[in-house]
Amino acid sequence: MEKTPFKTKLKRVLKAGFFNFWRSSYVSFASIIVMIITLSVIGSVIFLSTILNITMEELRDKVDVNVYFVNTALEEDIISLKTKIEALPEVKLVQYTNREEALENFRLQHENDQITLQALDELGENPLGAALNIKAKEPSQYEGIANFLNEENILSSEGEKIIDKINYFENKEAIDRLSKIIDSAERLSWVISLTLVTISIIMTFNTTRLAIYISREEISVMQLVGASKNYVRGPFVVTGVIVGLFSGLLTIFIFLPICYWLGNTTQDFFIGLNIFDYYLDNFFQILLIIISAGIAIGALSSYLAVRRYLKL
Amino acid sequence: MSIVFDDVSKKYNDYVALNQVSFNIDPNEFVSIVGPSGAGKTTLLRMLLAEDKPTSGKIFLNSIDIHALSNKDIIRRTIGVVFQDFRLLPQKNVYENIAFAMEAAGRTDEEIESDVPHVLDLVDLGNKIWNFPNELSGGEKQRVAIARAIVNQPDIIIADEPTGNLDPVNTYDIVQIFKKINDLGTTVVLTTHNKGVIDSIGRRVITVQNGCIVRDDLTGKYIL
Repeated sequence: MEKTPFKTKLKRVLKAGFFNFWRSSYVSFASIIVMIITLSVIGSVIFLSTILNITMEELRDKVDVNVYFVNTALEEDIISLKTKIEALPEVKLVQYTNREEALENFRLQHENDQITLQALDELGENPLGAALNIKAKEPSQYEGIANFLNEENILSSEGEKIIDKINYFENKEAIDRLSKIIDSAERLSWVISLTLVTISIIMTFNTTRLAIYISREEISVMQLVGASKNYVRGPFVVTGVIVGLFSGLLTIFIFLPICYWLGNTTQDFFIGLNIFDYYLDNFFQILLIIISAGIAIGALSSYLAVRRYLKL
Repeated sequence: MSIVFDDVSKKYNDYVALNQVSFNIDPNEFVSIVGPSGAGKTTLLRMLLAEDKPTSGKIFLNSIDIHALSNKDIIRRTIGVVFQDFRLLPQKNVYENIAFAMEAAGRTDEEIESDVPHVLDLVDLGNKIWNFPNELSGGEKQRVAIARAIVNQPDIIIADEPTGNLDPVNTYDIVQIFKKINDLGTTVVLTTHNKGVIDSIGRRVITVQNGCIVRDDLTGKYIL
């Protein structure tokens, strides 16, 4: 007997898988519903982690350390210090504000406060010193940077002290608390996401197992008429892939009205992030993740469930 | 294809289903295995199909120890099997049920298209080709099962109580089909506890009781 070409085998397996899906419509429908729940959990985890990441990033950006210099400090000394700070591995960004810019910013901040501006004018000279604004890569790294600035004996070329004040030590408690909140929130979100995704995947696996349990007699008959294990397994895996594909497409379209409805709420609540805009901007990426997850879960759960009954 | 059971025993925990059973079946024989329920008939067939392993002893098909084979599919493709409860694939129509056995054996689409209608004509079911199993009577289902079993022209047909769920008219028809298959050169091994079936076949009868062979004769009579 001649060997069946791979193309013919594949065509037969695909056809049988599609017929399984179509003819066992109730079972397929139940599997799709459960798979949609799983994929919705995965989708929600994607959205929630995005919201959390962006919010945390915003919070991180709000934390910084300012180094204020004495009025007599020379610009070249400050620039030289800036270069030294930038070389530190934990530093993300250092911004220099000279005395004139500091005065300009002060005036802008107090443009509606005439008394303060009048007092400033009466002084006749710029009372503000230059400053360096330092942003670290992680909030927990500010202490190290502040200690570096404190421990280094930072003097001018003439040997005079040029740093007036470092505001880290005034804000230390708030920075530490924020740093802890960010770390805990990230860790908690990982644990919650992982738990939810695991539970929903187990749920899908069990539904697939039940669906294939119904066909256990068929599986043994298929083997008894001489079908190889792969030939028996193939159509079930194809059915799993179709269930995953359909569920993925339905899930992505279920998210459309939900994201639209939540868009403005998230914008007001989470530092300007509109979830609907995020959904539209990343539509194909999200589609790919959801459909790939659906196909992978469908195929794997079917593969494992059939394996249980391929004992002959 | 010859079948040899060599001192075969099967135990399920403490229960002895088969006890040191030995017999030979020559090519082209029609053998009925009879005995009361629980005698060990089905266990015997399950081991012949490599569905179950003997606790001790060996089973040979054409001198090949079937339980020593890692890939049992090849052996199964040389055996056609018919069950009491038909065991058709419910999601496939009559054509697809028979075609599946041919696909499993690696037959081409052209062979399937020509052989399936032909074999359905042999069992007188040409007009039910697109029906699903739930649209067929018990007798029709069993004919489809027989068509599926013979479509690959196997050397052996194994039938486990094939008339157990059928009325007398269908029972007679099915027995006649098996006799015709045997006349065409296929070895048939059939289990039953229906005396009428044995009497109408009139060939070799092996009687099993409590897991042992208690009689093996060519009188074609069911004697317990």
